Amino acid sequence: MYFAKEVLDSSSELRQRWEDEVKKMVAKWADQKEEWSTVSSLPIKRLYTPDDIKDMEFERDISYPGQYPFTRGNQVTGYRGKYWTFRMFSGFGSAKDTNERWHMLLNAGQTGLSTAFDFPTLMGYDTDDPHARGECGKCGVAIDTLEDFMVLVDGIPMDKITTSMTINPPATILWAMYCAAAELKGVPLTKIGGTIQNDMLKEFIAQKTLMCPPEPSVKLISDTIEFGTNYVPRWNTVSISGYHIREAGSTAVQELAFTLRDGMEYVEDVIKRKGLHVDAFAPRLSFFFNSHIDFFEEICKMRAARRIWAKAMRERYDSKDERSWWMRFHTQTAGCSLTAQQPYNNVVRTATEALAAVLGGTQSLHTNSLDEVWCLPTDHAVEIALRTQQIIAEETGAASTIDPLAGSYFVEALTNEMEEQAWEYIEKIDDMGGMTAAIDRGFPQMELADAAYKYQNQIDSKEKIMVGVNKYVTEDTQDIPLLDIDDALEKAQVNRINEIKRKRDDKAVKRSLDDIKNACKTGDNVMPYCIEAVKNLCTVQEICDVYREVYGVFRDPAMY
Amino acid sequence: MAKRRLRIMVAKPGLDGHDRGARVLARCFRDAGYETIYTGCHQTPEEIAAAAIQEDIDCVGLSCMSGAHRYLFPACIEKVKELGGNDIQFIGGGIIPTGDFQLLYDAGIKGIFTPGTTLPDIITWVEENIIPNIRD
Repeated sequence: MYFAKEVLDSSSELRQRWEDEVKKMVAKWADQKEEWSTVSSLPIKRLYTPDDIKDMEFERDISYPGQYPFTRGNQVTGYRGKYWTFRMFSGFGSAKDTNERWHMLLNAGQTGLSTAFDFPTLMGYDTDDPHARGECGKCGVAIDTLEDFMVLVDGIPMDKITTSMTINPPATILWAMYCAAAELKGVPLTKIGGTIQNDMLKEFIAQKTLMCPPEPSVKLISDTIEFGTNYVPRWNTVSISGYHIREAGSTAVQELAFTLRDGMEYVEDVIKRKGLHVDAFAPRLSFFFNSHIDFFEEICKMRAARRIWAKAMRERYDSKDERSWWMRFHTQTAGCSLTAQQPYNNVVRTATEALAAVLGGTQSLHTNSLDEVWCLPTDHAVEIALRTQQIIAEETGAASTIDPLAGSYFVEALTNEMEEQAWEYIEKIDDMGGMTAAIDRGFPQMELADAAYKYQNQIDSKEKIMVGVNKYVTEDTQDIPLLDIDDALEKAQVNRINEIKRKRDDKAVKRSLDDIKNACKTGDNVMPYCIEAVKNLCTVQEICDVYREVYGVFRDPAMY
Repeated sequence: MAKRRLRIMVAKPGLDGHDRGARVLARCFRDAGYETIYTGCHQTPEEIAAAAIQEDIDCVGLSCMSGAHRYLFPACIEKVKELGGNDIQFIGGGIIPTGDFQLLYDAGIKGIFTPGTTLPDIITWVEENIIPNIRD
């Protein structure tokens, strides 16, 4: 940044004076601790000055909203045109239970939907499979067939509201259900909008909803990108995610680097495998970041992410369309920062994390509920979480001006530093042969394992503090109401599947599954066949079993 | 007092993929000098039981964050007993509401470790409650 030489000279005298005073003060009154660092252990200086950003150039490095390198955001009018989407991740029990919660949230002022599926659905099993025992509806909604899905979206205007679905190995199938449901409700595919998470690379690194090996998993993702490009133009077919990488224990820089490098891997695959030009599909790639407890580290991470992606798209992939350079993202506040002890404190944590996401320029936001560490949210807890966003939007002034922290010596310096460290990781992974190769070697997985272990040791030794856990601890337990999922739901859901299997057209089912199998074998796009299959009431597992049969099953290699 | 190293297995039954706690704990047990096995995610109760017998395990630590512990933990214990592992001890952890603790104790879980527990506390507890009971 240009600072007149006289300013820098005089400030270096004043600076020397300050440094001398600091030495004297610290000799009398020591700092509370020797090292001050972010929650990711990134060291932070006592003070930042113009000197820390003197090599920056405003138009090259910061610029304007909607202009390369997008440090200040993608949208020219910022939040004045439209607040970020209030999009609460939700789902539990039966499709009917979740549909009720969705309507409650929409009535409470939520502006987008986000679907949490139960583990059998996430892992491509039906409720009646032995693997699914005990899991039905516990951490998300149980969906086995299109009939369940129709109940889930009952009364939802699919042409007016966008829906995100957190689903990975079976993403083709759940998206097929959404598309089929829209068609049955008379809404053309050109009008539906939403996102499927559909990011398998981070599953191998962190979230571990696993089914098939990496290569065919990436093929299925490319199928969805191609299908979306051709037929569902308003849909984000991947939500390239860092949230889970962070929850699994990574540092902020690792989250930043691994997420963006995953994105680059998908871009390269689609170009190679489908022969599409980068600008044909890149505008519909989206991202998903964590907003953790260290306020400034998160804001700087998000700003750095926009700049890194813009540079990668323009320079690595020769993209010419500005919309391909935008890094649009959803954010979720950090589940792993919340505590079981003194759970009402979590309202405060979520609020600061949400504020960081807004100051970081997120397009869409989920705020965790205070009971996140114990169970899925009660109605009341989720209402407080939603109100948190609405208070930030309407009362705090955080949305009044675009990228308000730009120009701060600290924020710009930290943004630069995080970008630089992320590029180092990205180049390291490039040298390994790309992200799929790096995953094969266990590189990102072990970086996470090391970071998670280091952090736990820091908590145990009180080097890092969690209020209520290792400082300001009380013996009382604060009992909060907890949401309990009825174990009886499983039996009811199994009965539903049996009923559907009795009434459906077995020939049509077999034909559909054979078509999918052929598409898998020949490398054809599976999506049209999936839509047909779900309309014929094929179950989630029946289709996933075809994938397992053709592509093989991948099991967690148990690295620690 | 036991004369040999504890053989401990950290296991993730069911479909839950949240493995940060299990992996950190496995490393902690290894650093504490125990012979440690980590099964990885997505193990069925049958697979856990077979591994526990095959590896001659003293103590199985079951980790579950998906809410399915009410079924899975007792199922794992039952399978181990079916295979004759009557000396094997069990601990558990994860996202487990206090209201479910008694059910798990009744099924045979000796200790339950939920969010906020420190690694040193777990080691101390294991030293005091598991190690004295291992067979020679």
